[in-house]
Amino acid sequence: MSESTSANTPKPSSSVKLVLLGEAAVGKSSLVLRFVNNDFQENKEPTIGAAFLTQKCSLPTRTIKFEIWDTAGQERFASLAPMYYRNAQAALVVYDVTKPSSLTKAKHWVAELQRQASPGIVIALVGNKLDLTNDGNDATAGESQADNEAEPSAADGEDASGENADEQDASSGDARKVSTREANSYAEEESLLFFETSAKTGVNVAEVFTAIANAIPESSLKSGRGTGAGTGQTTLGGGRPAEDSRVNLGERGASTAKEGCAC
Amino acid sequence: MEATTPRPPQDGDVIHKTNSTSPTTVESPTSRATSRSPSPEDQPPPLPPRPNTLFLLDEGVSSGNLQSKATTAVSVTDIAHTDGGKENYPTRGFTGNLKAKASLSHLASSRASEAGDSASIRSSVPHTEVGEVENVFSDFLAGDVGNGPQNTTGLLQFPEFQADDGEEDYTSEFEPVGEVGENGENEELVLERWKAKRKHYLILSAAGKPIWTRHGEGGLISTYVGVIQTIISFFQDSDDHLNTFNAGDTKFVIVTKGPLYLVAISRILESDTQLRLQLEALYMQILSTLTLPSLTHLFSVRPSTDLRRPLQGSETLLSTLADSFTRGSPSTLLSALECLKIRKAHRQVINNTLLKTKVSSLLYGLVVAGGRLVSVVRPKKHSLHPGDLQLLFNMIFEAEAVKAGGGESWIPVCLPGFNSSGYLYMYVSFLDLREDNINIADDTTTKEESVAIVLISTDKESFFDLQEMRNAFVEQMQKNNSLKIIKQAIDTGRPATTDIVPGTVLHHFLYKSKANVQFTMSAYDPEFSTISRRRRSVFRLDLWTWDTDFIGSVHHCVSQSSSSFAWITPVFELYCVAGPNANRNALAQSASKIVHWVQKEEERLFIIGGAVF
Repeated sequence: MSESTSANTPKPSSSVKLVLLGEAAVGKSSLVLRFVNNDFQENKEPTIGAAFLTQKCSLPTRTIKFEIWDTAGQERFASLAPMYYRNAQAALVVYDVTKPSSLTKAKHWVAELQRQASPGIVIALVGNKLDLTNDGNDATAGESQADNEAEPSAADGEDASGENADEQDASSGDARKVSTREANSYAEEESLLFFETSAKTGVNVAEVFTAIANAIPESSLKSGRGTGAGTGQTTLGGGRPAEDSRVNLGERGASTAKEGCAC
Repeated sequence: MEATTPRPPQDGDVIHKTNSTSPTTVESPTSRATSRSPSPEDQPPPLPPRPNTLFLLDEGVSSGNLQSKATTAVSVTDIAHTDGGKENYPTRGFTGNLKAKASLSHLASSRASEAGDSASIRSSVPHTEVGEVENVFSDFLAGDVGNGPQNTTGLLQFPEFQADDGEEDYTSEFEPVGEVGENGENEELVLERWKAKRKHYLILSAAGKPIWTRHGEGGLISTYVGVIQTIISFFQDSDDHLNTFNAGDTKFVIVTKGPLYLVAISRILESDTQLRLQLEALYMQILSTLTLPSLTHLFSVRPSTDLRRPLQGSETLLSTLADSFTRGSPSTLLSALECLKIRKAHRQVINNTLLKTKVSSLLYGLVVAGGRLVSVVRPKKHSLHPGDLQLLFNMIFEAEAVKAGGGESWIPVCLPGFNSSGYLYMYVSFLDLREDNINIADDTTTKEESVAIVLISTDKESFFDLQEMRNAFVEQMQKNNSLKIIKQAIDTGRPATTDIVPGTVLHHFLYKSKANVQFTMSAYDPEFSTISRRRRSVFRLDLWTWDTDFIGSVHHCVSQSSSSFAWITPVFELYCVAGPNANRNALAQSASKIVHWVQKEEERLFIIGGAVF
């Protein structure tokens, strides 16, 4: 939007294509809106399809322009996901710390990404809705929590249904159902970045994106402005990804056109 | 004015026919209603001849055919309307209507001084007197439809008509009923609130699984869903279709679509046909989410499929659609679209800009200002269906989902009128015109002032192509001043009735151009600030026409709070509302001036043809 801001800075600028994945209603869009607009909406309507947003992130040595695909979490959209992660350099896989089934879903996404996405993709596992837990009450809550929190049992109940997850432990006001330890150890096993965030309070949101920006290898960054040609992996920049993939797309396009066309 | 009617002499009674095949009741209204033609000096100017019969034929032929056809920009095929013909139940009603329409226009033109001039009140209904016209039509309709019992009926047994001075409170209608606590502690209260709703929609599977309800959650309503399913299948077991029934002042309408039962329960004044169209539109929304083949597949694999899961996330689309029906949105009532009024030349500039910046993957391109169409481009052989656009506009402007995303959206959507078997991909971005910048609008813009660029493709990979097109298009629009023109048109708003006819008694009007499937209306008078008043102003008039098909006729109705006036011709429908004491002549005079104005401004008010490539 504001190219001018980066124009002032001599820092090189690169764009990074990032995709958000995760079960419905874990807060993907809220995380993005917090990051992009520093805004939060209670009871946001579910995303339909996918939304495309951009935001700059300034690092000491360079500026990263995130091109973000915020995908809808509903199952019926799952088949479209490859379109969004195919060329992504980074992925944010989000679950809800109050809903164990959402971590299971997140693990499925991680597995799919590891199997199908670009080999060098940076994946961050993000447990959202920290504000609903006791840790969310102190603003310092964050990555460093992996040491405490011996939340038992709940984390094992991967198939615990949503209804159970919604039942809050009224006495403590802590709705956490996925322990930090469990998620963190999984993230370590799979070499993922790991954060617990609250899009509502803003805790750790910017940190996730900064960490991703830092984790993207310099080699896979290309200079931002408009140069479309490059290796397959880096043709993700903004409006010109098409050149490389156009042959494929053409084929697909032709067939979908036939299906979709009523003539 | 008064003429003899063969019915029990009730002064100013309105004869009303419904499509219901069930026995209907006749009740006298308390409001005075009468039908007449305006005095001779109010004769409106003759209208350009239009191929009316063609229009009717089109409607008939396309019924049951979801494929798109080449017509004008916006096709006359109203899918929600015609699709019903496929199923068994409405066939009688619809074919009856179509026949009636066709023959009526015959009738009208044979009486008219000039064929094609049937729009003129005098020529189509010469020396109208209450009994005469109504006799002609009701006899005719009864004879034509010929389904057992007399089809004429009073529509006026509803409380809204009797006590329409009471301001009904519609605010609670749209509030959630709340949830029953874990131990069922507030169940009574929630159920009470649920029962207090005037309008319910239920969608269930043939196997009896609840799919969606406007009010209340599964547990609360499961008993009722069970009862409804039992009633419906009782009729089906004897190879019959239950279409509608009344219980007291509550009307039940049932539409069966393959494996789905859609049920509307209404205590507000609505006709069977209206409710049926609403249910058809909800069904179209489901198709738009799932496509017909996948819906069919789900149920053929497993008849007990729980459709709530695949529909997850689209519930709000159904709810906003349903609420727009309950609010009485003119677009729904008239099955037509509204356009932003701008000069023809200005619209052409926008059309040309769209054409100039068009990319190869584009199927349809739309510029829409707060639900009002500004410009359309489309391939020559494909038209757009009002029913489809209604779904799109509902998604884009009524349901917050797209807008709240805060960016550009890429949405797979099935447009059932275009093709119910596959998805199209829709690029949507909003413009912020307030500061004359071309940035994407933030969420503080109101519905009326938000302008959406909607680009539709068959290629799911074409997001970036369309994004590029959008950027080029908006840049051009900025250069050629079109953005400013759109903004001005939005700021100007709709004209007040007094802007068009100075000093008129009219408070509000709706004009539908049938050939264009578009409507225009005046700004809402402060008088119509409440939903119930708005609803009443249009609904009652609309009721007559839906169910009577009095083409070429005029209706005038006076109640305690308002007098209303409907004028239906093969070319247009005009609905006007004035204060209760408005002079009839003044009313009729104003109405004909409105018609005159619309015809003069036709090319600004409506998109005729649109841009084609």
